[in-house]
Amino acid sequence: MPAVEVYSIHKSFKKVQALRDVSFFVKQGELYGFIGPDGAGKTTLFRILNTLLVPNKGNAVVLGLDVVKDYKQIRPKLGYMPGRFSLYHDLSVQENLEFFASVFGASISENYELVAPIYSQLEPFKNRYAGKLSGGMKQKLALSCALIHKPELLLLDEPTTGVDAVSRKEFWEMLGKLKQKGITIIVSTPYMDEAKLCDRVALIQDGSIMQIDTPANVVKSYDRKILGIKSSQTYRLLKVLKQYEWMHSVHPFGEYIHFTEKREQPDVQALQSFLVNQGIGDVIIKEIEPNIEDSFMALMKEEAAHE
Amino acid sequence: MNDFAIEAKNLTKTFGAFTAVDSISFEVSKGEIFGFLGANGAGKTTAMKMLTGLLAPSSGKAFVNGFDVYTESEQIKKSIGYMSQKFSLYNDLTVAENIEFYGGVYGLSSKMLSKKTEELLRSVNFTELKDSLAGSLPLGWKQKLAFSISVLHNPQLVFLDEPTGGVDPVTRRQFWEQIYEASDRGITVFVTTHYMDEAEYCDRVSIMVDGKIEVLDNPENLKRSFSANSVEDVFIALARGAKRGDS
Repeated sequence: MPAVEVYSIHKSFKKVQALRDVSFFVKQGELYGFIGPDGAGKTTLFRILNTLLVPNKGNAVVLGLDVVKDYKQIRPKLGYMPGRFSLYHDLSVQENLEFFASVFGASISENYELVAPIYSQLEPFKNRYAGKLSGGMKQKLALSCALIHKPELLLLDEPTTGVDAVSRKEFWEMLGKLKQKGITIIVSTPYMDEAKLCDRVALIQDGSIMQIDTPANVVKSYDRKILGIKSSQTYRLLKVLKQYEWMHSVHPFGEYIHFTEKREQPDVQALQSFLVNQGIGDVIIKEIEPNIEDSFMALMKEEAAHE
Repeated sequence: MNDFAIEAKNLTKTFGAFTAVDSISFEVSKGEIFGFLGANGAGKTTAMKMLTGLLAPSSGKAFVNGFDVYTESEQIKKSIGYMSQKFSLYNDLTVAENIEFYGGVYGLSSKMLSKKTEELLRSVNFTELKDSLAGSLPLGWKQKLAFSISVLHNPQLVFLDEPTGGVDPVTRRQFWEQIYEASDRGITVFVTTHYMDEAEYCDRVSIMVDGKIEVLDNPENLKRSFSANSVEDVFIALARGAKRGDS
């Protein structure tokens, strides 16, 4: 039995279509990622899975139970970490954890082992008000609270948004450990680079899933050759590249601009002389491996073309 | 002092026994894109508040567009633009009303304002949307519009506080093209971000750890001196050693 089965879900709020025909399956024990920007529909989807919202059309089965009919049985089996900080600011760290345990009729001591790797880092501050914690620590406490009743499925809605690169890395290391304990995890993120840390990902944009696959396959399905181009005059380089007759796409991408041509086999020599003629002499061009973000942008372009 | 958009010397802010910003010194040249990085709680927000004239320093000096942060904070506010991820536009005003409102705040004449409004709407392809409520726009569009508004009054310097958080990858890049364009027009850009690839777009970046600026250089040199492949690796190497988080 899959942990989650979703069949053709639609959800609208007045005029806004938040989800359009969304279907997917999550296996038991999988670390499954929804990758997409704000407004893609991630939160709406999570709120349907956790039984807080009812879909307009379609159905969803979570841990073998229907999200509409069986919501009462589903809730105790889930751990949910909402996108916005959801803890009680005026309770201490320990009081928050005790509160969430008691809501589910559990106690900290019976499930301590599960939260220990995360919660032990917070214990030196257990009497501090949750509202006074750092961003990274709040996130650890929220995860501890979502876990303390030993759920079978964790739903983490943008746990790393607005968190610095180091805390993000630590958070994903924690998810890796939880996965080893057999907990199924569905996580959403707007950071494309986090996709590679998931077993499988669904790329979501404007309420539709554009692709579902392993991160490696998502990248593999990107079929154009990407040239990485660098010069000291980045802005001029961007403008000039857009005027090149064979230009297909130009995107700033960290150190190297990612550039693709309309023709299958790009002509590096021709491009180089074009750029030199345009006054960009210090140009470096090299072939670059695509990443998830390249795939995501290519899919966005395809979807836009279909509309 | 006037050769720099920002000049800070031993700038410090303490809250009781806690030193949020610990004697930072740096300069930002005119027209530069300066990336101001740091872990959560490193002191970035406090430093920005001092530089934008919102918070008086405890000690040290700072000049922004040549104005003293202690005595000329009102002049500073007029000479800068500001936008953040958390607050940018009034959702219950239309696009055109937002532009008009901010134009008014920045003291543009009505003639100037209508000219600027038209230019702005055209430059971000918003003409058709001018009567839509800002709240109904997708996040990425909001941020692009908010940026255009933050430079509406042609400030010498614009502060961008995590402007691209949560924005889709295509719009995020269009946003950076707007930044390049502003910088090309001579506007100095001071930007914070959690996207480490964006750090690579900056002329120079500083990385703050526990209230201090640990490193400040162009991305190339930073990577070389840390033998790192990306600014992200440099950031992680430095910030892993941080003692404190934010509060």
